[in-house]
Amino acid sequence: MTAKIITVTSGKGGVGKTTTVANISVALALEGKKVVCIDGDIGLRNLDVILGLENRIVYDLVDIVEGRCRTRQAMIRDKRLPDLFLIPAAQIRDKNAVSPSDMIRLCDELKPEVDFILIDSPAGIERGFRNSIAPADQILIVTNPEMSAVRDADRVIGLLEADGKNPPSLIINRLNPSMVRRGDMLSMEDVFDLLRIDVIGIIPEDENVILASNKGTPLALDGKTKAGQAFRNISRRLNGEQVPFLDLNHQNIWDRFGWRR
Amino acid sequence: MSESSLIQIKGIKDGLLVSLGDASWNVLQSTLIEHIEQQPAFFQGARLALDVGKNSLKSAELSTLRDKLSENGIMLWAILSESPVTEKTAQFLGLATRISKPLPQEHRVSQEPVDEKTLFIHKTIRSGNRIDSSGHVIIFGDVNPGAEIIAAGNVIVWGRLRGVVHAGAEGDRNAVVCALELSPTQLRIAEQIAISPDRHGKPLPEIVRIKDGQLQAETWNSG
Repeated sequence: MTAKIITVTSGKGGVGKTTTVANISVALALEGKKVVCIDGDIGLRNLDVILGLENRIVYDLVDIVEGRCRTRQAMIRDKRLPDLFLIPAAQIRDKNAVSPSDMIRLCDELKPEVDFILIDSPAGIERGFRNSIAPADQILIVTNPEMSAVRDADRVIGLLEADGKNPPSLIINRLNPSMVRRGDMLSMEDVFDLLRIDVIGIIPEDENVILASNKGTPLALDGKTKAGQAFRNISRRLNGEQVPFLDLNHQNIWDRFGWRR
Repeated sequence: MSESSLIQIKGIKDGLLVSLGDASWNVLQSTLIEHIEQQPAFFQGARLALDVGKNSLKSAELSTLRDKLSENGIMLWAILSESPVTEKTAQFLGLATRISKPLPQEHRVSQEPVDEKTLFIHKTIRSGNRIDSSGHVIIFGDVNPGAEIIAAGNVIVWGRLRGVVHAGAEGDRNAVVCALELSPTQLRIAEQIAISPDRHGKPLPEIVRIKDGQLQAETWNSG
């Protein structure tokens, strides 16, 4: 096995990077892939909470880098999905505890044993971001359909280009189809028009996402919600499948005919 | 070659200026890092401008160096180079390529023709990128909001212009800006500044120049 290393980043905070990493990791593991996700947000870790693995942390990323444990010991196996592992971030340190070359070394070590390594980048364009993108084969940029998030995504794409990385792919998160129809939200076309990079997924706004993060059970675990399905589709696209985008416009038949209660 | 002839350090207004001599990039880089590690107290917290001479550097090389320097508590803010490749790389990494930019003198009308050099760029210029040229600039692609194009001469954008653009930056009031879709955050020619009016309808190619002391946009019509 040679793992594909995928980093999820955004520039702006709060757009859904960690939710995306959790859900794509779960979806890949459901397809029988062996997945390790790494929380790159040292000092402000979240991925463990969203995956519901917080209470099982013994060792973390900084412990591996500083040689206090073997890599295996810091990998937390998900009880629901035996092929899913988490390497949590340290909470009591900061981004400078790890360097880009540490991340490359760690990924090189994991590479022969798994199918996918997903790295959850912190917000920003400083050290934590540099650490997270250093080992990446593919980079996914998460953005929301709002101007400030799109501007930050544009900035990050520029930095990746300057670094000579492969062209990143885009995930548009929290799209609200009825707001788009009313002209109150940027559409997928508007976002694409500015960023001009390949779109790999569109996730509809869904309040179940918040419920799921609070419970520590990512939506992709059961594919009943639109958002969960959208994440599963992204994981299939990462596996090289051609999957059409969900038809978000006709999500609600009553909306479609302009029916009002 | 001895280390002292490879590296020259002098203090300038904006921090330290380090000039590198003639050697391969690997040698220069490791000599520089060694030198810094020998005197950590001197370099800690310094703002560094680096003159790399003729070396033509790729972005991976420059960003590695920048990371290494920042690990030593040094902020690299400028790269000076005779190589246009390195200059471009530095600009894309958001580094300055001149130590002190000559300020445009007010009311100066430059009679002498600008540097005939033209920078041609075939890519999207994204937020945080700054293109700085002492000649003309031609962009084949979009200029996104948050990007800056600064040119002593004309700026031509074959695409959407939505960032900040400054033509005639050294005072040439005859400079023009044109774009297929002109909606810059801010547009400057010489010392004149304007922002785009709200626009409705289908965008048309436009050209902006100074006319009667004001910035004026005209739609481009064939024939």
